[in-house]
Amino acid sequence: MSTDFKTPTGAVRGLGAARAGTGHHIKQRVSAIALLFLVPWFLYAVIAASRGGFDGATAWLAQPWNAILMILTLGAAFYHMRLGIQVIIEDYIHKAGMKQGLLILNTFVCVGLFTATALSVLKVWISAGL
Amino acid sequence: MVQLTLPKGSAPKKGKQWPKPEGAKNTKAFKIYRYSPEEGGNPRWDTYHVDMDRCGPMVLDVLIWIKNNVDPTLAFRRSCREGVCGSCSMNIGGRNTIACTKGWDEVAGSTITIAPLPHLPVVKDLVPDLTTFYAQHAYVQPFLKTDTPEPEKEWKQSEEQRNELNGLYECILCACCTTSCPSYWWNGDKYLGPAALLQAYRWLIDSRDEATGERLDDLEDPFKLYRCHTIMNCAQVCPKGLNPAKAIAKVKHMMVERVA
Repeated sequence: MSTDFKTPTGAVRGLGAARAGTGHHIKQRVSAIALLFLVPWFLYAVIAASRGGFDGATAWLAQPWNAILMILTLGAAFYHMRLGIQVIIEDYIHKAGMKQGLLILNTFVCVGLFTATALSVLKVWISAGL
Repeated sequence: MVQLTLPKGSAPKKGKQWPKPEGAKNTKAFKIYRYSPEEGGNPRWDTYHVDMDRCGPMVLDVLIWIKNNVDPTLAFRRSCREGVCGSCSMNIGGRNTIACTKGWDEVAGSTITIAPLPHLPVVKDLVPDLTTFYAQHAYVQPFLKTDTPEPEKEWKQSEEQRNELNGLYECILCACCTTSCPSYWWNGDKYLGPAALLQAYRWLIDSRDEATGERLDDLEDPFKLYRCHTIMNCAQVCPKGLNPAKAIAKVKHMMVERVA
């Protein structure tokens, strides 16, 4: 027999509305709009940069506009990824503690990946003597 | 982790094969979910053979025929038998709908499967426990809220303003949409679900209501509202042809409008 005597109304009200979520909703859409333009450019970029081998690729990435657009693509993609994975964790992981831990890990991984990839682009750019 | 399998003792087992009606020339098989808390044990799939020449055209007619002629212990809800009350909602042929407006000839396959609405506790047979669903409906305060003293005669509304409620007011609270939503399956304790949110929008968009901001405050939550991922099962199954996903998108639009 159930020992939870909480009323249905009490259970549905729960901790009350968090007055949050709209910011996440807007950020996810805005980063998606950015990616709508940046991903086609990225696909073109990968093909264009790979034509000349390693030297050709670094030379291509060393051009200012290419480096800027590449960093913007990485920023939008990892930001969008962080928001998306957050939703997946919230959907499927219900265990308190584990959920919050995974949400923090998600942020660390996405920020780490962005930092590492963006610094790589900067290194190529700077190494080429700007 | 979200519960992806049925709790222990809930997986339906093979049940009874009821005899074919004597002298019937045109029969059809119906596999029906049976569970009785008094009897205990796992639920089971019982198979009934219905004389289609002596039965009405709808799935509800089939259930009534079985109850009258074969097995009086079969439990299901029904009332208006014309798609107005929403009582006979259930899962027919793998799809949530109301039995009274679903013709048995519309369901493909030689055997038609009938189960209670998914992902809800079962009270008995095809009767699910809708207590939480009703509490979620009550949460959105589905009534006119005003501070202005009530007019002598009536709250006025233009024809255009009234038209805004079309596609919303027709909801019969059958719970087909809410229980077809995977997001509700995983987070039904926190997410309000498509039916409650469609009703929330019905009052948000009502020109006579004065509590729009307060209503939006009560909905703005990562779980109560933003668990809708536009999966669209709700719009697919609504027996009244409504589109709860569109209503939820409009609530989100109102949320964005007040901050940006």
